[in-house]
Amino acid sequence: VDSQVTCPWRSNLVRPRKHIKNCYATYSPFQATSSVEIIMFLFNLQELAGEMVLMFSLFSVSTKAPIQWEERSVTAIKGPSGRWMIPPEAKESMDKSKIGLKGPLKTPIAAGHPSMNLLLRKTFDLYANVRPCASIEGYKTPYDDVNLVTIRENTEGEYSGIEHVIVNGVVQSIKLITEKASKRIAEYAFEYARNNQRISVTAVHKANIMRMSDGLFLRKCREVAENYKDIKFTEMYLDTVCLNMVQDPTQFDVLVMPNLYGDILSDLCAGLIGGLGVTPSGNIGANGVAIFESVHGTAPDIAGKDLANPTALLLSAVMMLRHMGLHGYAKKIEMACFDTIRDKKVLTKDLGGNSKCSEFTNEICRRVQDMD
Amino acid sequence: FLINRTCVFQPPPAKYGGQHTVTLIPGDGIGPELLNHVREVFRFSCVPVDFEVVNVNSSRADEDDINNAITAIRRNGVALKGNIETNHTMPPSFKSRNNLMRTSLDLYANMMHCQSLPGVQTRHKNIDIIIIRENTEGEYSSLEHESVSGVVESLKIITRLNSLRIADYAFRLAREKGRRRVTAVHKANIMKLGDGLFLQCCREVASGYPDITFDSMIVDNTTMQLVCKPQQFDVMVMPNLYGNVVSNVCAGLVGGPGLVPGANYGRDYAMFETATRNTGKSIANKNIANPTAMLLASCLLLDHLKLHEYATTIRNAILTTMNETRLHTPDIGGQGTTSEVVQSIMNIIQKTGPRTVAYY
Repeated sequence: VDSQVTCPWRSNLVRPRKHIKNCYATYSPFQATSSVEIIMFLFNLQELAGEMVLMFSLFSVSTKAPIQWEERSVTAIKGPSGRWMIPPEAKESMDKSKIGLKGPLKTPIAAGHPSMNLLLRKTFDLYANVRPCASIEGYKTPYDDVNLVTIRENTEGEYSGIEHVIVNGVVQSIKLITEKASKRIAEYAFEYARNNQRISVTAVHKANIMRMSDGLFLRKCREVAENYKDIKFTEMYLDTVCLNMVQDPTQFDVLVMPNLYGDILSDLCAGLIGGLGVTPSGNIGANGVAIFESVHGTAPDIAGKDLANPTALLLSAVMMLRHMGLHGYAKKIEMACFDTIRDKKVLTKDLGGNSKCSEFTNEICRRVQDMD
Repeated sequence: FLINRTCVFQPPPAKYGGQHTVTLIPGDGIGPELLNHVREVFRFSCVPVDFEVVNVNSSRADEDDINNAITAIRRNGVALKGNIETNHTMPPSFKSRNNLMRTSLDLYANMMHCQSLPGVQTRHKNIDIIIIRENTEGEYSSLEHESVSGVVESLKIITRLNSLRIADYAFRLAREKGRRRVTAVHKANIMKLGDGLFLQCCREVASGYPDITFDSMIVDNTTMQLVCKPQQFDVMVMPNLYGNVVSNVCAGLVGGPGLVPGANYGRDYAMFETATRNTGKSIANKNIANPTAMLLASCLLLDHLKLHEYATTIRNAILTTMNETRLHTPDIGGQGTTSEVVQSIMNIIQKTGPRTVAYY
């Protein structure tokens, strides 16, 4: 992933794109209240995330961001009705603060309870998964100039979990598309594009094959596009998007799509910029609830050894700050992080360096303090 | 169930005069012009293949056209086709013509061989992946209904029989081509029953091929690995939709949709086309389409008909032409035209091949 290859296939269109200053800004319906303290919420489950808790405490101190962290565990417990749910303290704290930051969660295979990520999504109705992907200067991949956002419908689609065995040897999985959810995600996508000075929204679908389901999704996107004439709306087949994404990712801006395509495409885009270790992600729910997370795994082999790369969680936190309207702090932390990676002096192992997680974090803190 | 079938399907025997008859379906967009070039090259190289042209009109709502095409393919056993456009504003009862052909003829295996071509510049080098995609079921079963107004359900069907069949095809192909590793691509962590069944079938078949390593990977991780390190993959087998995504990603990695041919194999029939099945409406009739994919598909056709010398000659001519950057078409960054490329290929065939007719 080191060689820079000249790109004769780069699209020759001159796009009238405004300079995107911060691609990590999110649509924020949530305004900071006048009081200084805003209560935050941090999920802590694995040791890897434990290091990050430490890191964030360091952070809050050094940047003096008006944030108070509350730690809550989200290991699923069995409620009185016998159904699996997240602990009530966690839910209560989240309902109060509405913003959360989550480290990696792992569902053990024979745990007996459903995926915890799924449980969180259902409990807080997190309907939109936003993943901005922008090339990081200093972390070389074969793709430069990636600057796009994937917005994925998070609640239904192929992940409805409804499966049956019809007869022995024949299984059917049901993909559910509803008008309400499609409209909601389309509206969110256009609002996001408008609030972040994005130029176009592309709906990704496979309506030539799944005529009714993706057709419904597409119709809703078209309807919502009518109300946002300032944003260019296009639609493209999933396979065409994949094909073009790998050849020239600069032609895409905001992508909106149902669940499965979103899963595949968002990971594809993460791969373009360097993998899940550097990709932030946010889950937006109804009623202003938002949980930001790093999407990489729990990495049990390096947990507790101070070797982890906190970039993904850090950038997710930056997204979170922007969502809350704390743009100043967000910009400082983001710039410090990018400067550190660009300088290449203090980098964690997966970024190509030799430093520890704490050293990397300290370097970023130092830069933030220097900026003040 | 696993009957002893050889991987190399027996093509229909040549007809009177030693000529094979192949059904040709021009399709839409760039299909007709590229298939004309294929016919030109075949005629020029004196390939003993006659084409029976069957037109399918994609805008007609009735299924007569496509039924004619299917009957012709049943008659001839082999087909070469361009992609037929599906107008998705039509009602759901109007099925995709391409899909209809694949399911009626039970062309259960789609094979696509992605190889980095030396003359084409790409970000990743040394890619050599064979992708085998289940072609008839999965998400493409076209079974949808609106149970309540505003709620649509689409069914994805996975059957044990088809999964075993495709896995068996994959492993036999891998063994035949001397490949070391087969990777199954799935999403069994979410679709536990459906993709779980697929994975289980793959594992069962893998146990019968101890010389080939079998592993599995979740589809989102697969796409990420493909853009970071595609050289790690060897043979990949997967259900229908993931096959669509992965094959398009791989085609993009080796240089685009104009370079990769695809083949659909069934028990009794075979159909050849471009791997990414694009209609290419925007570049139709402008003489800028890349004929490589279609010509390489026609070479696969010739290999299937056991006309190996012709196949090799044409293939070598294509690869030699690819090395010339000034003949690259716009999709791979050049400024050449389709006719220039085809002309160059025919010149090389004339110099190196057995016998050609005069080109007029």
